[in-house]
Amino acid sequence: MSTSQKKLQPFTTFAGVGVPIDIPNCDTDQIIPARFLRRAVEDPDYARFLLHDLRFNEDGSEKDFVFNRPGYREGKIFVADINWGCGSSRENAANALDANGIRCVIAPSFGDIHYTNCIKNGILPVRLPAEDCARLRAQLRESPGAELAVDLESQSVTGPDQQNYAFEIKPFDKQRLMQGLDEVGLTLEFDNQIKNFAKDYSRRFAWASVSR
Amino acid sequence: MGKTLFEKIWDQHVIVEREDGDVLLYIDRHLTHDMHFRAFRTLTANGQTLREPDKLFGVPDHSVPTTAKTVADIPPGEMREAVEGLAEAAEKLGFTHYSMTDDRHGIVHVVGPEQGITLPGLTLVCGDSHTSTHGALGCIAFGIGTTEVQHVMATQALWQRKPQMMRITVTGELGFGVTGKDLILAIIAKIGTAGGTGYAIEFAGSAIDALSMEGRMTLCNMAIEAGARSGIIAPDDKTIAYCKGRPHAPTGQAWDQAVAYWQTLHSDPDAVFDAEVTLDGNEIAPMVTWGNSPQWALPVTAVIPDPAQEADPLLRAEMEASIDYMKLAPGMAFSDISVDTVFIGACTNSRIEDMRAAAAVAKGRQAKVRTLVVPGSGLVKKQAEAEGLDRIFIDAGMEWLEPGCSMCIAVNGDMLQPGQRSASTSNRNFRGRQGPGSRTHLVSPAMAAAAAVTGHFIDVRTLGPSQ
Repeated sequence: MSTSQKKLQPFTTFAGVGVPIDIPNCDTDQIIPARFLRRAVEDPDYARFLLHDLRFNEDGSEKDFVFNRPGYREGKIFVADINWGCGSSRENAANALDANGIRCVIAPSFGDIHYTNCIKNGILPVRLPAEDCARLRAQLRESPGAELAVDLESQSVTGPDQQNYAFEIKPFDKQRLMQGLDEVGLTLEFDNQIKNFAKDYSRRFAWASVSR
Repeated sequence: MGKTLFEKIWDQHVIVEREDGDVLLYIDRHLTHDMHFRAFRTLTANGQTLREPDKLFGVPDHSVPTTAKTVADIPPGEMREAVEGLAEAAEKLGFTHYSMTDDRHGIVHVVGPEQGITLPGLTLVCGDSHTSTHGALGCIAFGIGTTEVQHVMATQALWQRKPQMMRITVTGELGFGVTGKDLILAIIAKIGTAGGTGYAIEFAGSAIDALSMEGRMTLCNMAIEAGARSGIIAPDDKTIAYCKGRPHAPTGQAWDQAVAYWQTLHSDPDAVFDAEVTLDGNEIAPMVTWGNSPQWALPVTAVIPDPAQEADPLLRAEMEASIDYMKLAPGMAFSDISVDTVFIGACTNSRIEDMRAAAAVAKGRQAKVRTLVVPGSGLVKKQAEAEGLDRIFIDAGMEWLEPGCSMCIAVNGDMLQPGQRSASTSNRNFRGRQGPGSRTHLVSPAMAAAAAVTGHFIDVRTLGPSQ
């Protein structure tokens, strides 16, 4: 079995314009509507699919949405509200962020599956307390184009006012992001353990093998 | 210290445990549908193959038009390519595939339990958030992303951190006209759409015990709408009876061994839960959602709330945004809300019991608005037709359609027009979920049928016996 590893771009530090997304429970249907899910991520229009129905009218013209406004258009870090990315498991939500060069989303909480999908696509999801996120969003609203910086090694975010915020991340997720690991390659380092487990498991739980 | 049901199953599947607590978890069953082509492509591009092809099962559901009986009926384009792509992958990689012409095809979360692919005590994953449905049979089942789908294909394992444990106990019993759907909407309204985030939820208590297997699947289906990747219910005699004789269920001695093991699968009396929630089943009424998150659900007897009465400014803003998008007004009665379309189906509510509940209301009445009835599988469809339910729906002026996800996710051609409003038995009322600009209210099958025959929301308990 091949252990070829498709490396993701390793995540160390990242800085960019912050975009305040003042939408609590922003579900993945908002992040990318379902009608785009069959489109290839290589599609040149993919970047437009991000938050599509919040950004664009039916005729393709722009709505007055923060990510369309001057100062925020080139945004690379989203500062969102509670439960960002709840709902559907569609990994396309992470792909759409990636297509826009957004490599970090800061929010008080995330949908579990979307959080994992971000990690698997080299995007750093940062959980900060709701008050801190609200403060950051307020600063970004006041100063369009203001930048944030993130340092994964030291697990800290620097706001537009140079205030630092420490964040928590699981060691394995941190390692994945910092090394840009292809997980299949990593898991197959445990190939023997998986083999032995499967053999033992099928003996202990014979009924659990698929009956035909 | 005792273990929870979830922990008992989890512990039997740990291949490797890292020092930081992450584990490599063995996966017993993997389900796939027509939206995972990227996982197949990456698998092939990386020179990988299926580690255990007999544990993967595929069925097209998202991209299947409900008027199509075969692939040839799907117009050329991305829907057809998705359905064909799955069939080609199955052929090439050698996994079981139920094609559109096979009676066993349907929505992946209906097919799994129906075919005995889903069994108590297993770990089961699918690249679909509503995989939580399968936990109704007493297994660990959760949705994953496409990269994880490819990972399971190649390794039959997943890196996971054990979630926290939450138990939701529902005491008493559900009243007349109150279903598993109403119960789960009441639960989400109570704990919030992020209330279960980071948790695995075990549902327990007399009202859960009394639910049918179909009702339990509806309940677990929407665990994800409370934020929990999985819901689980301890297997009991009902579960065992449900599994017995299913095509992929064990037989003979293996069956006896399975049953003996399944009978040990319950949370120990001294098991510790990180969170406990209790509801009184007797107090639950038929529910309707009014906002753009499943947590915005109320008894049909209530009125649209007034955001001005909400003290929390964040919640108030969210309520105002929902009321605006949904074109409602504070104080409005649900019976004053007219619907344009009714959708009865989806992995939440498309099993035989759901069809029967909707038919019981539709019988002898006439639909006032367009009503789509979409059975969850070919076998549900056949069973419903054997019981004459199709005639009831057709006589009521409703559309009796081919199985699939249909208007739940609206990527098969079934969708609302901008501004249209639905009563829907699906699981998500997000903005634009049923088409750009669509307005969705989530209800049970009986409540949906009642909305169909009156043209507006109505307490199904007041409708009286069918004519």
